[in-house]
Amino acid sequence: MRSGDPELSRLVERVQSARAGHIALDIQGGGSKHFYAELPRGEPLDMRPLAGISSYEPSELVVTARAGTTLAELEAVLAERGQCLAFEPPRWAPGCTVGGMIAAGLSGPSRASAGAVRDFTLGLTLLNGYGEVLTFGGQVMKNVAGYDVSRLVTGSWGVLGAICEVSIKVLPMRPAVATLGFSLDESTALARLLTWGARPLPLHASAWLDGRLTVRLAGASAAVEQAGKELCAAVPGGELLGPQAASQWWDSIRDQHHPFFALTAAERARGECLWRLSVPSTSPPLALAGRQLIEWGGALRWWRTEAPAAVMRAAAADAGGHATLVRAAEKRAGAFAPLGASAMRIHRGLKAAFDPAGIFNPGRLYAGL
Amino acid sequence: MRAIASQADFLTALARILPAGAILARREDTAPYECDGLTAYRESPLCVVLPDTRAQIEAILKLCHAQGVPIVARGAGTGLSGGALPHPRGVSLSLAKFNRILKVDPLGCTAVVESGVRNLAISEAAAQFGLYYAPDPSSQLACTIGGNVAENAGGVHCLKYGLTVHNVLGVTGFMANGESIEFGSAALDAAGLDLLSTVVGSEGMLAIATEVTVRLIPLPQVARCIMASYADVESAGAAVASIIASGIIPAGLELMDKRMTAAAEAFVQAGYDLEAAAILLCESDGTEIEVEEEIGRMIAVLRESGATQIEVSTSEVQRLRFWSGRKNAFPASGGISPDYMCMDSTIPRKRLAQMLRAIEGMEQKYGLGCVNVFHAGDGNLHPLILYDASDPEQRRRCELFGADILETSVRMGGTVTGEHGVGVEKLNSMCVQFSGAEREQFMRLKAAFDPAGLLNPGKVIPSLQRCAEYGKMHVHHGMLPFPELPRF
Ligand SMILES: Cc1cc2nc3c(=O)[nH]c(=O)nc-3n(C[C@H](O)[C@H](O)[C@H](O)COP(=O)(O)OP(=O)(O)OC[C@H]3O[C@@H](n4cnc5c(N)ncnc54)[C@H](O)[C@@H]3O)c2cc1C
Repeated sequence: MRSGDPELSRLVERVQSARAGHIALDIQGGGSKHFYAELPRGEPLDMRPLAGISSYEPSELVVTARAGTTLAELEAVLAERGQCLAFEPPRWAPGCTVGGMIAAGLSGPSRASAGAVRDFTLGLTLLNGYGEVLTFGGQVMKNVAGYDVSRLVTGSWGVLGAICEVSIKVLPMRPAVATLGFSLDESTALARLLTWGARPLPLHASAWLDGRLTVRLAGASAAVEQAGKELCAAVPGGELLGPQAASQWWDSIRDQHHPFFALTAAERARGECLWRLSVPSTSPPLALAGRQLIEWGGALRWWRTEAPAAVMRAAAADAGGHATLVRAAEKRAGAFAPLGASAMRIHRGLKAAFDPAGIFNPGRLYAGL
Repeated sequence: MRAIASQADFLTALARILPAGAILARREDTAPYECDGLTAYRESPLCVVLPDTRAQIEAILKLCHAQGVPIVARGAGTGLSGGALPHPRGVSLSLAKFNRILKVDPLGCTAVVESGVRNLAISEAAAQFGLYYAPDPSSQLACTIGGNVAENAGGVHCLKYGLTVHNVLGVTGFMANGESIEFGSAALDAAGLDLLSTVVGSEGMLAIATEVTVRLIPLPQVARCIMASYADVESAGAAVASIIASGIIPAGLELMDKRMTAAAEAFVQAGYDLEAAAILLCESDGTEIEVEEEIGRMIAVLRESGATQIEVSTSEVQRLRFWSGRKNAFPASGGISPDYMCMDSTIPRKRLAQMLRAIEGMEQKYGLGCVNVFHAGDGNLHPLILYDASDPEQRRRCELFGADILETSVRMGGTVTGEHGVGVEKLNSMCVQFSGAEREQFMRLKAAFDPAGLLNPGKVIPSLQRCAEYGKMHVHHGMLPFPELPRF
């Protein structure tokens, strides 16, 4: 990232004066994740003017983009060269940006097989709370020089600083994809996913909703074809979905425009919430009230429910995971699962290390951060 | 740091925590712990402790914290950057007795192991379920998972399957003050900041790991390896870029230059082409048909990029033989030189040939030989500088040679270490790769985990003063300092 960049200089000045005046800044990209996490507060710090792909070398499998670049632009540029973001980040609104993708650290349907955003973050440039522009990691695949700040910042919801530019590992698109559908109840579906997952099959994504399991295979064409036949035969009624229906289905899960994820005003007022439970894939069906969508081979369980927060958090914790309150009329229970005392002390220490005046996205992750 | 009453008092306090055999304080007993795999650096610790339970570790850490005694964690001591080098006033905390495999879950494809468990032992325990732990450092027979976590270790199969950070779900252990802590979880993510990713690769500077939860993956049905010869390093380097550009991610893609091949061949008789300027090992794994299809595509690309000879393994025995030379590259170098210093920088793949040429120039400049073995698919270099450590003059030139490779890597858009860590060895090079503000940010990050600075002090992040002195020395040696390096 060039230090003389006028947009960057403008941001540095904003941060320096915010620091001096103790003014909270709400770092903004496309605003698509406004509803997620805790409520943003502070003066908007618009990252969108800092946009554009800085470098892209398909044979190096790396792209470097500035924070304000839209995900749509980035994905289009990669697709032209037959490459992609293997972690399928959600595109909850058309204008969502690369900076927001990194700051939120959310990954899509392929996460269990392909890896998460942080697995593909190679390096980034951060504007910290001192108004310093710092670069960590780089554009190469392997790098252990110094602490891995790039991955720490991925999923930090902006509390450590403003992400200015990021280098991401990209991968070739899989030559063949096929989606299979099965009618299975929850516990049978979970059991099937585990057995299949322990075998060398080209499993790429899975989703279970209302008694129906869909599984996406991706990889070399011969392998996908062979596995498709085998799995279809293994479950009575197993069928291959048409490519268009399949891609619409996966997009509706990835981008959450499937009606399962939407809550009407009336539903909210009634106390219905959308929860995200991240649990070990081996967790048995959770005995909770409400409607459920399961992804990631059983490791991600979305719930629409009126159950109290304490019940949801306890269910996730008992299973060895954690629960995030994603959509609700209010998030008094906290958007994210509370941390233990030691972990919270480290979090506070890190906040002070990067943003001593507490200007960046205060409270967006946890109160006091 | 508070002054310790005396070494004797401290040892008495330790003796209340540990049985007699678990404390080594006499010089002859601590001698085996004086260095790690980077034998050029040696130091005698205050003592070595070998705890067997978590309660003992907790008590040791609390005692050290109260008395201001530094702690250096130690796995198998195979590290190549001096990460486990003892501190003269510190305790070397060996995790050797933490060698129990606590659980292998064949359904969830995970294993929970103590941090002193050897890398290969995990795959051996998982094999009965058709699973394995993917990261495979060449030292996997000896190195521990705790050491792998601390260094974010890689191996020849990391191109396709990822490094340690991509294959670890959770780490349980202790903070410097003895508080118990858990990073990550058995789920695919955890609440809050991603502390797990920060702890992986932190070289024992942030926390002590006692248990690690790893991801296991299904063993591929078959794997086959191509050995391709090239008449010059340029075409071998270009072949690596072409493979990746063609959309193939091989299970492994390694490069060895002529002298490395000769040394390895003499050591293990792998059947290498001794005429080639460089050879590539390129592996495909998966199902039978998948591998057949991919091997075909690989051969086409390798031919097109000028391979002079191509051999494909037809049996598992032959495949392992192809790899045996590569996996024994380091000991093989020990056979052709009294000592060697292994560098570990990473550069963009397209620079591989240029780097090999630059290293040839440096051999002349520093009057020392160098053999090259690269994790080429990842752009991760392991030049092995050959020297005689008993000759101080050679040792000095070897260090300058190494620094030159690292700094050239940074100039090419790379990094000073890909998988071996900074330790004590690359402290000076960190001054070149990072600005003062970046290094200060690292120090503040460290303080968030270890405010008293007791975990592995003096490693990884050089002090501002050290960098200032190194800057002056650079000018003194007539080399150019690089104050404003383009990094992106
Ligand atoms: C012949 C040879 C081949 C090698 N090949 C490779 C390779 O292919 N890829 C690769 O990545 N590396 C390789 N290495 C380097 C080395 O094996 C790795 O860095 C390995 O991960 C070190 O593990 P260890 O148990 O020996 O750790 P040690 O050397 O004992 O320690 C390494 C670092 O980890 C810290 N540490 C150890 N255990 C813990 C713990 N429980 N908690 C906190 N900190 C801890 C130490 O303080 C130190 O900083 C090789 C080394 C040799 C000698």
